[in-house]
Amino acid sequence: MSRRQRGPAVAGLFLFATVFIQPGWTLAEEPEQPEEPRAPIQVASGNAGKNYLKLSLNGLVAAGGSTESDVTGLQLGSHDPSRRGFTLQNVELVLDGAVDPYFTAQVNVVFVESPGGETEIEIEELFATTSSLPANLQVRVGHFFTEFGRLNTQHPHSWDFVDQPLSHGRMFGSDNLRSSGARVSWLMPTPFYSELYLTIQNAFGETLTSFGWAPGEEVFGATMASASVDGGGDLLYVPRYAFSVDLTDNQTVLAGVSSALGPNGTGPDGRTRLYGGDVFWKWKSPRANQGFPFVKFQAEGLWRSYRADGIPVSFEDWGAYGQLLWGFHRGWVAGARYDRMGGDEGPMADPFVEDRRRASANLSWFMTEYSKLRLQYNHDERTDFDDADSVWLQFEMILGAHAAHKF
Amino acid sequence: MIHSRHKFRVAMLALLALVPGASLTVAGLKVVATTPDYAALAQAIGGDEISVKTLAKPAEDPHFVDARPSHVVTLNRADVLIESGADLEIGWLPPLIQGSRNRKVLPGEPGRFLGSGDVRLLDVPTELDRSRGDVHARGNPHFLMNPENSGIVARRLAERFCELDADSCPVYRANLTRFNERLEQKILAWTGRLAPHSGAKIVTYHNTWKYFAERFDLRSETFLEPKPGIPPSPPHLGKVIAKMKAEKIRVILVEPFQSRKTAQTIAGHTGASVVDVCQFPGGIKGTDDDYFALIDAVVDAIAAALDQAAAP
Repeated sequence: MSRRQRGPAVAGLFLFATVFIQPGWTLAEEPEQPEEPRAPIQVASGNAGKNYLKLSLNGLVAAGGSTESDVTGLQLGSHDPSRRGFTLQNVELVLDGAVDPYFTAQVNVVFVESPGGETEIEIEELFATTSSLPANLQVRVGHFFTEFGRLNTQHPHSWDFVDQPLSHGRMFGSDNLRSSGARVSWLMPTPFYSELYLTIQNAFGETLTSFGWAPGEEVFGATMASASVDGGGDLLYVPRYAFSVDLTDNQTVLAGVSSALGPNGTGPDGRTRLYGGDVFWKWKSPRANQGFPFVKFQAEGLWRSYRADGIPVSFEDWGAYGQLLWGFHRGWVAGARYDRMGGDEGPMADPFVEDRRRASANLSWFMTEYSKLRLQYNHDERTDFDDADSVWLQFEMILGAHAAHKF
Repeated sequence: MIHSRHKFRVAMLALLALVPGASLTVAGLKVVATTPDYAALAQAIGGDEISVKTLAKPAEDPHFVDARPSHVVTLNRADVLIESGADLEIGWLPPLIQGSRNRKVLPGEPGRFLGSGDVRLLDVPTELDRSRGDVHARGNPHFLMNPENSGIVARRLAERFCELDADSCPVYRANLTRFNERLEQKILAWTGRLAPHSGAKIVTYHNTWKYFAERFDLRSETFLEPKPGIPPSPPHLGKVIAKMKAEKIRVILVEPFQSRKTAQTIAGHTGASVVDVCQFPGGIKGTDDDYFALIDAVVDAIAAALDQAAAP
């Protein structure tokens, strides 16, 4: 859903509010009647258990500064710190539960502070997933993060850094690659974990950087064509294969290859191809206390071929990042990341394709599972701009249920 | 009947051999336990009729297990999933179940076994408020430290295995009888060993030993954690030291994943001894896959420390 459709989203929020703040229905417990004892119906609450859905609210705030005054040009993600001073990075309401014996569902309603300081609302994800299809199949339908690589499907709460990697900002967009569609995945009958995914989604919209973009928007001097699906070729196809093995009792590797193939909005013959590889390795102590100590490494590489229609713009570029996180003491994690973007410069000096490098270091302190502080330093090098040094301090809090993390 | 079942199994095996990578184990029920204590109980009841796999390792914090993809595969091929039923695994089990696509282990199915059934849970909060720490909404999940609760779980496991695999039911029943006889003897022995210390106070790191203390008439009311899930802070530890001195508490229990250093510091200030214990078979040397051996080791260690404290 476009972030610009604020009206319906506000109405939706109002609806949420009226549902959750019904006195005596969700929040207050009525005294039991002596004759007919009846438990109050719990529609939602922060804890698992006697209610139909789990509710949680996650808030991320950053403060800091940069030698670069145009922070939005430096930071590519819409959940990144976007200015000197304070940024409300992300406020996310997550609701999830079982629909019925056949589906589970999750909704992520996100509130972000616009550069103008207003609160904008978007439905970041809303999807249902099957619980028990035969033949080890699973289907997801709705609006969701595209199953490509590792980081693309993660919400800012799960990130190991204050910001998203440059490669993701440039190729997947400020808010990662997501759209409305369906995903089929097959858990393969191998002795080790091995899963095949195929996601098919609409290829047009603000969250489809590299593909359709928002119709009417200018990219490389071309106005994006209107969005319509006249055939299968107008959709986005994303196959992915992932596998994992336990190297030892305490070490696990998860790796995958993905590609995203679809039209771009430059015209009927505009096509984009994205290929990616990802690897994640983790060691955790066999005597881990609250999950500490651990060491984990994660890297992703992306390669893009962009062929425009109507304008003489075709280029190939790539981006990659690697990061190492060390949970050296209960609650404490030190991290380092290196980001690199390269490839054809394109016909014009466009910030969309310039060469970039970034080195980051950070230190996170998880006071509990529900709050954390993170201090991060970024050093940016760009071909067309001055080098920049930035320091960000991030605070996170979670109210209510804390959804379990995937590996 | 047995003959036709045998034929069926042979046919199934032949079929399985055609599927690359398919497991060729002949054991009947494939049981997956979230933690090693349930695995040990399941093995005691199931014997050779079942195969058991465990997700959490004995010495790691059971609240924080990684949802490794290999666990998805393990759950995908399970007939039975045994979990605490008291949210101990809430931080890692849900995505594994979702990923497993296994109808047999979905909530409400006979293949989903909740350990807490018929068990009286302690510390059930009347109000949920995280300023009091990370309290388990359904109550304290460490109930298998009271051996009588393990008897309840064993009985229910035998019933459940019978429901899922009627052919082997006589074996499950026989194993249960043997388990109960041994449990009865052992409880007498454990009670006798700890009886001289009736009413003795112990300090623990986390509120893990409440059920154990209740059963064996010990007092477990002082914790190194100021609140559940919150790391020990110097002011809180100062209070613990003062309390231990005033009440002459001489024993501190520590589990493998908890900070032994903190416990040793407190012991240094109070003259108490640090006792290494674990909730899970395999977390103490020589107790692999054996619930009785685990409680033997725990009771011996605690009783020895209390003996020493009581000695003139």
